[in-house]
Amino acid sequence: MAVTDLTACEIRKAIAERRLSAVEATEGCLRAIGRLDPKIKAFLSTDPDGGRRRAAEIDRRLAAGENVGLLAGIPVAVKDNMCTADGQPTTCASRILGGWRAPYDAHVVERLKAEGAVIVGKTNLDEFAMGSSTENSAYGATRNPWDLGRVPGGSSGGSAAAVAARLVPIALGSDTGGSIRQPAALCGVVGMKPTYGRVSRYGLVAFASSLDQIGPFGRTVADAALLLRATAGHDPRDSTSVREPVPDYLEGLEEPVRPLRIGVPREFFSAGIDPEVESVVREALAVYERLGAALVPITLPHSTDYSIATYYIVATSEASSNLARYDGVHYGYRSSDHTDMIDMYMRSRAQGFGDEVKRRIMLGTYALSSGYYDAYYKKALAVRRLIRRDFEQAFAKVDCIMGPTSPTPAFHVGERTADPLAMYLSDVYTVSANLAAIAGISIPCGFTAGGLPIGLQIITDVFTEGRLLRIARMYERETGWTKRAPPIVEDAA
Amino acid sequence: MALSSKEVLKVGTLSRIRLTPEEVEKFSSQLSAILDYVDKLRELDTAGVEPLAHALPIHNVLRPDEPRPGLAPEQALGGAPQSDGDFFRVPRILNEEAGA
Amino acid sequence: MSAAEPVPTIGLEVHMHLKTRTKMFCGCKVEYDVRPNSNVCPVCLGMPGVLPVMNGKALELAVRMALALGCTLPGLAKWDRKHYYYPDLPKNYQISEYDQPLGVKGCLDIETSQGPRRIGIIRVHLEEDAGKLMHAEGGGNYSVVDLNRTGTPLLEIVSEPDVHGAEEARVYAETLRQLAVYLGVGDCNMQLGQMRCEPNISLCIGADAQGKPRYTPISEIKNLNSFRSVERAVTFEIARHREEYEADPAGYTLEKQGKSTRGWRDDEGVSFLQRSKEEAHDYRYFPEPDLVPFVPDRQWVEEIRRTIPDLPEIRRRRLINDAGLSEYDAGVLTADRLIADYHEALAEYVRDAKMAANWMMQDVMQILNERKIAISEFPLTPQAFGDLVNLVASAVINRNTAREVVLPRMLATGKSAGEIVKEEGLAQTSDESAIEAIVDQVLATNAKIAEDYKGGKKAAFGRLMGESMKASSGKANPQVVKAILARKLGG
Ligand SMILES: [Mg+2]
Ligand SMILES: [Zn+2]
Repeated sequence: MAVTDLTACEIRKAIAERRLSAVEATEGCLRAIGRLDPKIKAFLSTDPDGGRRRAAEIDRRLAAGENVGLLAGIPVAVKDNMCTADGQPTTCASRILGGWRAPYDAHVVERLKAEGAVIVGKTNLDEFAMGSSTENSAYGATRNPWDLGRVPGGSSGGSAAAVAARLVPIALGSDTGGSIRQPAALCGVVGMKPTYGRVSRYGLVAFASSLDQIGPFGRTVADAALLLRATAGHDPRDSTSVREPVPDYLEGLEEPVRPLRIGVPREFFSAGIDPEVESVVREALAVYERLGAALVPITLPHSTDYSIATYYIVATSEASSNLARYDGVHYGYRSSDHTDMIDMYMRSRAQGFGDEVKRRIMLGTYALSSGYYDAYYKKALAVRRLIRRDFEQAFAKVDCIMGPTSPTPAFHVGERTADPLAMYLSDVYTVSANLAAIAGISIPCGFTAGGLPIGLQIITDVFTEGRLLRIARMYERETGWTKRAPPIVEDAA
Repeated sequence: MALSSKEVLKVGTLSRIRLTPEEVEKFSSQLSAILDYVDKLRELDTAGVEPLAHALPIHNVLRPDEPRPGLAPEQALGGAPQSDGDFFRVPRILNEEAGA
Repeated sequence: MSAAEPVPTIGLEVHMHLKTRTKMFCGCKVEYDVRPNSNVCPVCLGMPGVLPVMNGKALELAVRMALALGCTLPGLAKWDRKHYYYPDLPKNYQISEYDQPLGVKGCLDIETSQGPRRIGIIRVHLEEDAGKLMHAEGGGNYSVVDLNRTGTPLLEIVSEPDVHGAEEARVYAETLRQLAVYLGVGDCNMQLGQMRCEPNISLCIGADAQGKPRYTPISEIKNLNSFRSVERAVTFEIARHREEYEADPAGYTLEKQGKSTRGWRDDEGVSFLQRSKEEAHDYRYFPEPDLVPFVPDRQWVEEIRRTIPDLPEIRRRRLINDAGLSEYDAGVLTADRLIADYHEALAEYVRDAKMAANWMMQDVMQILNERKIAISEFPLTPQAFGDLVNLVASAVINRNTAREVVLPRMLATGKSAGEIVKEEGLAQTSDESAIEAIVDQVLATNAKIAEDYKGGKKAAFGRLMGESMKASSGKANPQVVKAILARKLGG
């Protein structure tokens, strides 16, 4: 069995029992990356030397009997919108940050280092995390390991593909409207968006500040739990980070939640859903029923269409502001030809940003501009409250909400790039959790006849990640989906 | 709600993004389609609904007034496209064009 | 009927740096005149991924100033982003408080040459300062940016348009500065850019048919950094508005031309147009998602309120009306908060504000002037100095001895007034028989002067007093000397 077939929890155990060294684990991942990533293009940059150095140091410390941490020797990938100070670039897959080296580590990167993880590289994304396919990257699209002609989803497509192709056991992504859960579903891995405020955003390059949240990818629920535990917790540098204690998510993970009332919103099975996705997800719900759970039909009247509309106003407004700083003055790309200051700004940004980023900046600028603020931005914030109320009412009756993560399985590369709105609808089931600040996870729940993975989305109330993981684990234990590897991995082996 | 070419150009300037005529045309139709979709929100009566700007009810997060080390000027200027001694360098701006 | 004389209608926006050690949202030091771009960090450079965290001290100082201005603190204050592209603003937005400011509806009482005036305060809010943009030296065709000032905590105070003239505008700004310094809220050194004034000037030009007042267009003069320039710029603008209005009474109105932004050239003494209404910014304010709102805790606010010292104007009035001090003395004793505090402590110790004021004006202030020291460096506590005052009040020593002998010894040795009087045997005597013997002696040796007095020369009495005091080496109680002399001379 190759080291890359091991889950993070298995690597952890093997290293603890001295059956495996951190260096072996890292070398295994670097070999897999070298072999498969030219086809998948999950990584924007790798750090083989730094990774080897770090792994060797961890082996030394383990040999000296030191407690190295929760992730001792485990190779990890980080989405390239999280700052790393070790000399690796932080690009956000944008030309405008080409060549930029962050002078500081993101909070999560500090946490990973403190827990002994080995960061082997930084993964591709849609530019500034804006997109649902990882095609909007200035450095080329990432491919879906299950079908190289298809997208891995996005925007954390690089992290999802890297975990699915077993290039790394676990990876970090960020989720603003589904950017962890949707690629997890399309790549057949576990991906979780924690409650807003659960994981510090310090050092996560902002897309939409009130929605952005960092979360884990793993092939199993336990791996996601492990990575969440290592990265969650209060950070005084993030005013929106909460002081809630971080439980040990692995403890009690095997305990089923009983009784379990599952809310099934009719809006999550609305028109536009792929029939194969619907039947596979309904079958998954039947598994829970067999485990003794009660399925409760509910309604989330402002979800789906209203959520997407609300999301695209709130997220683009915040983005238009957050991305104003990329102007070619203090760091990053500056156009070489310009007549004056304003021209310098306008050319640098025109040349530095890709189309989707420009579209969103302009949409957000418009929504905030004089005369339109009330009709768009303020209206969207009011609907955002209605969406939140829908969930509050639902959680008074049920313990969790389930449905598909994405209305379709992975689509073809290029299929939706010409129609931004069609692309936006990829997030139709995921954006409302971001708007409501609650937790959500996507777990593999089956395949299409053509062999494409399908994800089950489970949503729970704020700060109930422990319960959410237990609910996900109930299903995982009953089924074998998380054990299946994409053919490309089997072929390579 | 359709966005005219003129409006797209204006938004481009507000956003400090230079647009080619082809881009103006493309963005005008794409942004109009998105705004049409967003106009769904008008169906909802939100009178009396308090806008939700902050996702969680957190208040009064304060930092002690204690200095912390920052960056050396070399580090601060290290990533700048252009610098001049200890300064960031930009195209000339006349005093008359005040910022705020 | 001729049109009424246009009335200048002026509101002021004042920005002041708060007296914190660090910036508003990061731990960089607030310092002046240091190496460019040396007090910066990823947060104030607006680097990707950074987040702001609010300085608690800045909030406390802002609340202090708001309370001193009599403002109400609404139940919630929140941060917003104000967008404009400028190279001294790394994020291209300024974090400020837009529609829910920290404090609202206050006032400031000022004293002008025309008498007291009360200027309403619309709002007081916090924000971050921008950096500095300068032209390259040597005529290079570029500008340079220093971000040390970026993120310095700023308090913006916006007045009602209650100011009606240039002098009032200046006095308002001066009084605001005095208050801020007095409260320890800011140093307000205008040369260092720690305080900037922006008057909004318009003339009220009568009323329309419905009785609604009509105005000339509002012009805002940006960034005035001396009190003199405030007065000069407002004087200039009032005259300019008058001329423009007289030249075009129908067109030069607020409805037609709105608001414009102007700069001030101090060397030439003229204002110039920076931005007309058409070019007005679209700031695209929206709630700052990276910061959480401030909900004032009542108890905390009351604690701050308790630490606010009496304000200069209130103290000054009290000294004039209650303690009977002259306008001049009251002004001197309240201009500096620490001097006012010293006087107040002394007055309390000697139980006489007027007597304390006399000692402050004649002795303490003189020593401060001679030695060129601040009251904080004056070596005697109000209590130690008060002991000396009390020795005079209770006639243990006389005023001259206190002043010429005891006080210098106290300053030189650090000994208490009581100790010095005892050691040097300076206590005066009221022993009547002893004093009578001295007086008899003086009258005998100065018979001629005594005769002069009896002959009607009243001034001779003073000379006899002086001789008697001298003969007692200054120790005789002057009241007793006076009484005995009067009896002997039959006056
Ligand atoms: Mg301001
Ligand atoms: Zn700083």
